[in-house]
Amino acid sequence: MKFKDYYAILGVGRDATADDIKKRYRILARKYHPDVSKEPDAERQFKDVAEAYATLKDPEKRAAYDQLGTRRPGEDFRPPPEWSTRFGDGAGAFEDMDFADLFAGLAGRAAQGGRGRRGPAGAMRGQDYEVTVPITLEEAFHGTEVSLDLTTTELDGHGLPHRTPRRVKARIPKGPTDGQVLRLPGQGGRGRNGGPDGDVYLTIALRPHRLYRASGRDLFLDLPVAPWEAALGAAVKVPTLAGPVELKVPPGTRAGQQLRLAGRGLPAPEGAAGDLHAVVQIALPTTLSEREKSLYQDLAAASNFDPRRHFG
Amino acid sequence: MTSDFCDALWPEEQRSLALRELAELSGLSETEVVELVEYGALAPAGTTVEQWVFSVGAIGVARTARRLGDEFALEPHAVALLLAYLDRIHELEAELRAAQARGTFQP
Repeated sequence: MKFKDYYAILGVGRDATADDIKKRYRILARKYHPDVSKEPDAERQFKDVAEAYATLKDPEKRAAYDQLGTRRPGEDFRPPPEWSTRFGDGAGAFEDMDFADLFAGLAGRAAQGGRGRRGPAGAMRGQDYEVTVPITLEEAFHGTEVSLDLTTTELDGHGLPHRTPRRVKARIPKGPTDGQVLRLPGQGGRGRNGGPDGDVYLTIALRPHRLYRASGRDLFLDLPVAPWEAALGAAVKVPTLAGPVELKVPPGTRAGQQLRLAGRGLPAPEGAAGDLHAVVQIALPTTLSEREKSLYQDLAAASNFDPRRHFG
Repeated sequence: MTSDFCDALWPEEQRSLALRELAELSGLSETEVVELVEYGALAPAGTTVEQWVFSVGAIGVARTARRLGDEFALEPHAVALLLAYLDRIHELEAELRAAQARGTFQP
């Protein structure tokens, strides 16, 4: 593993107080947190400062870190031999550990893990994970299966954390909406001492579609119609996620008017499916033939319709 | 032959949670959940702490609270305030998405 200078990462001296460290971390979190940062490389920067803060804010972890002394950042590093006693007979298990996990593992031994995650008699619930899952509208309509590659942190028999790649395969039911959170029970981190396994939370992100726009379970589709179809009415073929259907455009249909196809939106796990709304657009050919032009001129001469009468 | 795919479950809307269960599922301590209730970020049914019952939607709120508290090193009252602003942002985003879907708003 490579040594990291947590004090340098936070920009504080080794004699900084807990308040100094917290204040400095807050400044850097505001600067680099991906939710609010516009800095290039913000995610990596935030990961570094969060890792440094996680160790230095905890007196026990900070004391352990300080015992390592000062080294060059990036220098190859092995925990001192006496550290193996901190993990019982865990000597030799440091091989594939990350520097940050060393201190997380230390806390895991001392405090038996995170807050609020313990049950009676030291039973500890496994860690939960959150993953965003982009799917197409067709996949949301029919349901789909996805494979997710996670990196989970699992504790070995000595309580040492190791980052473990895992593939989770999930069956997404039909009908999730954009932003919907689904749960994969027991697919998160492994529980300890009889505690239950954690869950994986899937946040559904609907990919943009070339035809439909989704709002909840309702879908909106631009429906171009010719001026004579709008004026005289027409039966037009409309694509839906379940296949094409015929829609009656009533005579005198205006641009922007919505024609509703009930139940042709996204399905619901219980209750009624959403609707498909066809938003009428009056479409004109880009070029008119002489015959078309002549007919429009005849229409203009014959009609007394004034679409701007309300202007006064 | 059995499939190795695991079924993703819908939120169990009818389910209700006690304080301990919400703390366990969100990763917050029970004290932190109580503080979020005091600051108005969570609104359980029931008059005493022992009687509190949270809706399943409280899991998402509490998990966001834990993330904000941890990642920005914020105190609970600041977290509760941020949650109120985030709620408002989500409402506005949903209205914006709906307007874009209806074709009544062009970005």
